[in-house]
Amino acid sequence: MHYHFLDPYRPGDSVLHALDARVKLILSVAFILAVALTPAGAWPIYVLLLALAVALAVASELGATYALKRALIALPFALAALPSLFTLPGAALFSLHIGHWTLTATGPGLERLLSVVLKSWISMQAAILLTATTQFPDLLVAMRAIKVPRLLVAIFGLMWRYLFVLVDEAIRLTRARDARSGSLTGRGGRSAWWRARVTGGMAGNLFLRGYERGERIYAAMAARGYDGEVRAFPLPSLASGQVALLIGGLVSLATLTLLGIWLW
Amino acid sequence: MLYSPQPMHIPDGFLSILVSLAFWVLAVAGVGVALWRAGKELDERKVPLMGVLGATIFAGQMLNFAVAGGTSGHLMGAAIAAILLGPWSAVLVMTSVVSIQALLFQDGGLLALGANIFNMAVVGPFVAYGIYQTIVRLGRGRSWAAFTGGFVAAWTSIVVTALVVALQLAFSGTSPADVSVPAMGFVHTLIGVGEGLITVGALAFLHATRRDLLGLAPGAASKRSHQAVWIVGLLIALALAVLSPLASEHPDGLEWVAEEKGFLNAAQDAPFELIPDYLFPGLSDQALATVVAGVIGVAIVFGVALAIAYARRRRPSAAYEV
Repeated sequence: MHYHFLDPYRPGDSVLHALDARVKLILSVAFILAVALTPAGAWPIYVLLLALAVALAVASELGATYALKRALIALPFALAALPSLFTLPGAALFSLHIGHWTLTATGPGLERLLSVVLKSWISMQAAILLTATTQFPDLLVAMRAIKVPRLLVAIFGLMWRYLFVLVDEAIRLTRARDARSGSLTGRGGRSAWWRARVTGGMAGNLFLRGYERGERIYAAMAARGYDGEVRAFPLPSLASGQVALLIGGLVSLATLTLLGIWLW
Repeated sequence: MLYSPQPMHIPDGFLSILVSLAFWVLAVAGVGVALWRAGKELDERKVPLMGVLGATIFAGQMLNFAVAGGTSGHLMGAAIAAILLGPWSAVLVMTSVVSIQALLFQDGGLLALGANIFNMAVVGPFVAYGIYQTIVRLGRGRSWAAFTGGFVAAWTSIVVTALVVALQLAFSGTSPADVSVPAMGFVHTLIGVGEGLITVGALAFLHATRRDLLGLAPGAASKRSHQAVWIVGLLIALALAVLSPLASEHPDGLEWVAEEKGFLNAAQDAPFELIPDYLFPGLSDQALATVVAGVIGVAIVFGVALAIAYARRRRPSAAYEV
C-alpha cells in the first residue's frame, strides 16, 4: 500500500487552483486572523465569513461541503472549551445533575463555547482550501516569498519528499508485527509492557532506517554537486490582477473584522 | 491514523489573539536560535538528514500499541529526537513535523502554529534533553542510566508540554485553569507512560545496534550551547511544576494576573478584548443582523456557484488549447 493519497492536494483547474500560491497563503492567514479578531457573539460576521469560505469552496470546484466536512476533525478539541460553559458567571440556562454535583450552564458560557468552536471550524475552512488547491512545492515557493528562513523551507521540502516513503516504512513495520501476532491483546497475546517494548523496537528501527536513508540521500546529493546551498529559481513577479485580488481580499477581510469589533 | 494521537495540537480559535502572537514571538526566537546554531556548527549534510528525520518522526507517530479497553500508546517523538540528535537539531526537526502537520493536515491551526511549535518543538525537546542529560551524568553514562533517563525524559516532556497547553488555554480564556490544568495533567501522566515505554524500547534497540547514537561517550554533552539547553530545559520543567498548581488556584488565569497588576481597565479599552467577556446584547437586533448576514452569505455563495457554472459551460472548446 502506498500512501500517496495522504497528499491533501486535489487536482483541478478551477479559479482557486490557478491563483498564485503566495496570494492564497497570505489570504488564508489573513482570513484566519480575521476570524480570530472577530469578537465572541458577533454571529452575523461569523455567518459572512463562513459564507465567504463556502463561496471559495464552490469556486474551487471541490464542492460546497468538502471543507465543511473535513473541518470536523478538530471537533474533539472542543472538549477543552467545554468547562467554560459551566464556569463563566451569568444568567443560568440549564442545570445538569451528575451524582451530587450540579453543573449550571450560563448564557455567557454558552456564547463563549459556541464562539470558540465556530471560530475553529471556520478558520479550518481556509487552511483546508489552501492545501486542497495548492501543490506543496508551490506552497514552499510562497513560504520563501513571505521570508520563512531558507534553511527551514529546505528542510520542509525534503521532509515532504520523503514523508510518503517513511510512512510506507512505518506501515510495513506495523504489518510485519501484526503478521507475527505481535499486536494480539487478551488471551493469546502478551502483556502491554511487552507490546510497548516491541513498538519501541519498531520506533528505534524506523529511526535507524530514516537516519541511514538520510545519509544515503546526502551522499547522492553530494555526488550530484550539492554543496550545502539549496538553490531555487527566483520568484516570478505577481500579475497585476493577482495583486489587485490580494489587496481586495485583504481590504474586505479588514472591513469585516472592523465591523465586528465596532458593532459588538 | 494520519492525525497525531495526542490532544496537543491546538486548532485555530482556541487561543486568544494575544496568546497566539506572544507564542509566535517565543517560537520564532527559539527556532531562530536553532537555525543560527545550525548555520554555525552543523555541517551541510544536516539539511537532508533533518528533512528525512522529520519524515521519520511523522511516520513514527503512526506506530502504536494497544494498552487496554481500546486505548493505545503512541509516540510524539520530541524526546527521542532530542536524545539522539541533540537539542538544536531536535528543535528544527520537530518544527518541521509540527509545521507540516498544521500546513497540510490541519493538525493544529496556522495562527496557533506559533504556540504549537513552542510547545512541541521547543519546550518538549528542551525538557527531554535537560532531564536525559542529568540522569545520564548521574549514572555516569551507564546503559541503565540511558534507559531510565529516556523514560523519565519522554514522560516529562509529554506532561510538561500538556501543562503548557493547559496554561495557554487558560490564558486565552478558553478553559478555566482549575479544570484544564488538572485534566490535561492527569490524562498526560498516563499518555506519557506510553511515550516513555516506546522511547525506552527504541533506545534499547539502538543500544544493541548503534550504540554510538546514544551519546553515552564521555564529553558528549560538553558543548557550551548544549549546557545552556540542559539548564534551561530543567528550569522549564521546574517552573511548570510550580506554576501549574498556582495557576489552577486562580482559575481566571490572565484575568487574575491582570487584576493583580491593575491593567484590567486598560485591557477593556483595547480595540479587541483581551478576554471575551460578553453578555448577549439586544437579542432582537442580533437575530435580525444574523438573518441578514445569512441572506447575504447565501447570495454570495449562490452567485459564485452561478458564475462558475456559467464559466464552465463556455469552457470545453477552450480546454483543448492547452
